[in-house]
Amino acid sequence: MPLLIIDEQACIGCGACVDVCPFAALEMIDDIAVVNDNCTACSACLEVCPVDALSLPERQAEAPGAVDSYRGVWVWVEQFNGQASSISWEMMGQGRLLANQLGVSLTACVLGENAHPLAEEAIAYGADRVFLAEDPTLRVYRTEPYSKILYALVREHRPEIFLLGASSRGRDLAGSVATDLYTGLTADCTGLEIDPETRLLRQTRPAYGGNIMATILTPHHRPQMATVRHRVFEVPARDPARQGQIVPVSVSLSENDIVTRVVDFIVEEEEVNLADARIIVAGGRGVSGSEGFEPLRELAHVLNGAVGASRAAVDAGWIPYAHQVGQTGRTVRPDLYIACGISGAIQHRAGMSTARVIVAINKDPEAPIFDVATYGIVGDLFQVVPALTAQFRRKLRT
Amino acid sequence: MDLHYTPEHEMVRKMVRDFAEQEIAPTIKEHDREQSFDRGLLNKMAEQGLLGICLPVKYGGAGMDYIALGIACEELERVDTSARVILSVHVGLNSMTLLQWATEEQKERYLVPQAMGERIATYGLTEPNAGSDVAGLQTTARRDGDRYILNGEKMWISLADVADQFLIFAYTDKAAKHRGISAFIVEREFPGVETGTIHGKLGVRAGNSGSISLQDVAVPVANRLGEEGEGFKIAMSALDNGRYTVAWGSVGLIRACIEASVRYANERHTFGVPIGEHQLVQQMIAQMVQRRDIGELLCLKAGWLKNEGRRNTRETSMAKWYCCDAAFDSAADAVQVHGAYGYSDEYDVERYLRNSKGAVIYEGSREIHTIMQAQYALGYREDRPLRCEMPAYDLDEWEAEA
Amino acid sequence: MLTALGGDQIARMSAVHVRRKNLHAIVCIKSVPDTTEVRFNPETNTLMRDEVESIINPFDTYAIEEALRLKEAHGGKVTVLTMGPPKAEKELREAVAMGCDEAIFLSAREFAGSDTWATAYTLAQAIRRIGAYDIIFCGKQAMDGDTGQVGPGVANQLEIPQLTYVFKVREIDLEGRSIQVERLLEEGREVVETRLPALLTVVKDINQPRYPTFRGIRTARRLEIPVWGAAEIEAAPQYLGLDGSPTQVIRVFTPPKREGRVEMIDGDSVDAMADALADRLLGDKVV
Repeated sequence: MPLLIIDEQACIGCGACVDVCPFAALEMIDDIAVVNDNCTACSACLEVCPVDALSLPERQAEAPGAVDSYRGVWVWVEQFNGQASSISWEMMGQGRLLANQLGVSLTACVLGENAHPLAEEAIAYGADRVFLAEDPTLRVYRTEPYSKILYALVREHRPEIFLLGASSRGRDLAGSVATDLYTGLTADCTGLEIDPETRLLRQTRPAYGGNIMATILTPHHRPQMATVRHRVFEVPARDPARQGQIVPVSVSLSENDIVTRVVDFIVEEEEVNLADARIIVAGGRGVSGSEGFEPLRELAHVLNGAVGASRAAVDAGWIPYAHQVGQTGRTVRPDLYIACGISGAIQHRAGMSTARVIVAINKDPEAPIFDVATYGIVGDLFQVVPALTAQFRRKLRT
Repeated sequence: MDLHYTPEHEMVRKMVRDFAEQEIAPTIKEHDREQSFDRGLLNKMAEQGLLGICLPVKYGGAGMDYIALGIACEELERVDTSARVILSVHVGLNSMTLLQWATEEQKERYLVPQAMGERIATYGLTEPNAGSDVAGLQTTARRDGDRYILNGEKMWISLADVADQFLIFAYTDKAAKHRGISAFIVEREFPGVETGTIHGKLGVRAGNSGSISLQDVAVPVANRLGEEGEGFKIAMSALDNGRYTVAWGSVGLIRACIEASVRYANERHTFGVPIGEHQLVQQMIAQMVQRRDIGELLCLKAGWLKNEGRRNTRETSMAKWYCCDAAFDSAADAVQVHGAYGYSDEYDVERYLRNSKGAVIYEGSREIHTIMQAQYALGYREDRPLRCEMPAYDLDEWEAEA
Repeated sequence: MLTALGGDQIARMSAVHVRRKNLHAIVCIKSVPDTTEVRFNPETNTLMRDEVESIINPFDTYAIEEALRLKEAHGGKVTVLTMGPPKAEKELREAVAMGCDEAIFLSAREFAGSDTWATAYTLAQAIRRIGAYDIIFCGKQAMDGDTGQVGPGVANQLEIPQLTYVFKVREIDLEGRSIQVERLLEEGREVVETRLPALLTVVKDINQPRYPTFRGIRTARRLEIPVWGAAEIEAAPQYLGLDGSPTQVIRVFTPPKREGRVEMIDGDSVDAMADALADRLLGDKVV
């Protein structure tokens, strides 16, 4: 069955669909649009067809009504060593907005050992209700017990939306839970909105390294699950006076039933944590060598930030891969990104263009990095960066 | 009639492209600037099987066809000419010549380790006073019982410093002129062999070029390739393969020029628009693309003839002549597109320009090829069958294990 | 009851969880457009799609490499598996050229339009059909979709443990049926062990993938690759392709341009420019 249905009688051969198809899936043969295997049913062509000759096949739907019995917005609170990750509270802020719009409650799921303080935090950040599962088997995140508990909770309480962070653990867990539930999961969202007419969650996410964005629905399955990219939504104001309900969840898990064991955790000194850095000073081809990163490290040190790099610098062996920002490296969203000697290839921009403030320092005034920058300086980074470091040393001291 | 690359060709292209981008590109500027040859690269190419790419598996080769050899040359030179030169001399000029002319014993002893990349080989024809004028050779080989005594000086020999085995051309009978030249397989270990390095080249600075000095070098008669007096024919047949690799490499260099120029033309703005919108820039880019397409077709034609086992001296000469000129012109245009930036070594195109000039001179200068084509056209020249022809590519035979 | 089952099914039931000395690893790969070559047309804001070649999803090459290394250490074989349109067969052959021993190609009209759920279901059905295995390897995510959800989905469908973001395989005990790995998480590396068979998704740092070899290319040329459709994997049609996909893409668009233009900082000297920039950044409260 073809993914795209083309009404050959209606098609006037205008070629508008061919032009907008992002996947080269359409071509004109004898003045009629023809679809090939590249089609992903993305629907980009439907709206441009002037004669409505294009349509997607009807899909089998769950019985109507089943979907409507799901109500409420849920957020999974990710914790490590008893500390919640900031993405959890970011989702709580956005979850609150979605819940208000839908007129439903916001529920947090807190799993851990002695995790009661986190449940209270969740309320302070906006939860109306917290499912709190406490058990020694839940001390450290593991797919199996976490997945089982969340699966059971969803089956019983039937939320319409379930958000998890697009972190390593969040993606690990979401993929497992969504599979069990046979529901849609949209990964790595950067936008979440409610369609007021249908109550559906409009989930927007980047694809092809940020070259295109896609808006995705889960029309007939519940809950609508999404993982949410770090630092897209703001952490809401914390209100310790907020009231909410903490519902303990009984855990009937035995360590013997769980096949996976966490043996050790290695935290390396100098571990580069670009994802959490608020300030990143990054270098590219222009730093010309490993010693060229020295002035960047100094600036990062003064600003209490991290050092990033473009693929060109990593491939040249000047700095380890852990520092790489971009499509094949880390995607970051710091408050401040200072790009030094980085020309700004699309693959690099895909990993950093959502930083709040971007500074570009480059010799070439035409470098594409300036297209995404907030501030730009045309000049030699080996002069500009030390000067900037000196300025901050002076200004931050006073 | 089929101009498709096979899936295997595509795989070879991707393999060599990834190899060149990961193993050569990151350090090429440094090597070029310091005029240093990366010996480690030879080992990596050997490990990858590139040094025996189009040789039969039973001789230690990779069992690919002659088009695959061309593709590998194209992809290597797309990153740097010095890497393609390795295939030109080791595979094109030396190993393929052994495949064509050597006895089974010679193949076992010399071709197999070369194909496996255990021994590096090069080709010693050119001398300080004999380039295009091959008959002007001064190196001599004097028969002395079951050996020859070689004396002479070779110059502009790629890989001279690193090669273990040399194919040396010398007069066994000076009076017989062309018919008095013979070919010898000379090992570096033979007493009296010395090599030196040439510095200060305009281009291919990351490549090794040098001289070979032969002083009373005793070479066993068993190491003579072909018959006595057959050396000139052997040398010319070797050039049919060397030139073929040079031509393909030049297509790769043009490709690199196009990629760099297109990237830059989309990035760089003048007068408020990307420079790619200026028609005179478009003209330069269009001409590069035209040269690439013509060059590729000429190379494919020559490669097809080789795969078929047909004589291709004229077609290879044409491909080499055209592609090398076209690469030089394209590199000059690529520098022009880049403007002042192209003139500095911050961008790669200045290296492309320097690298492209050598091939207009070596393996038959532009002038030699011009004259050859005229002679073919005028009927002054024809290719007669050789005692040993280059074997046609046969898939089953090439892939058969020893 | 056994008589009611086909020979295939009996073989499958008896093959799973048998103690074996030789490794059988299955690698799931995806054919994706080579995005390093995708160029963007700034005028029309569309992908310039001419000459966009498909490649093995780069993250999957690390999965292939790790499987090959384990095979070399323990003996056994590696089977590579993909689902995709006919042209994706090329990527399977390339995996064979890298050293994979067998390849299975899932390609049929009814698979088209699969989202992560339907993809995981289809791959899992195929893996059930393949039979006994010790490890399934996946890349951490695909370069085009970036979801990273298919690996966990497959593990869940097969009801085997999943170890995601694996940075290092520390130990594997084929007879004792256990594996210990390091996972790369935000805060550091987690050392974790589980039983076999298990599914691993690997990160880029785990190894340096090898190039295809000429021997591999010769093998790939001659290898016959079975093509499986819905019937071969005994899949329920309602779980396949577009119909089986809970998610639905309703709109594809190019990301909005960053608002406002860059403010260029000029000055008489480098110090003056640095001074002005530092003041702007302090004013923006990002420092």
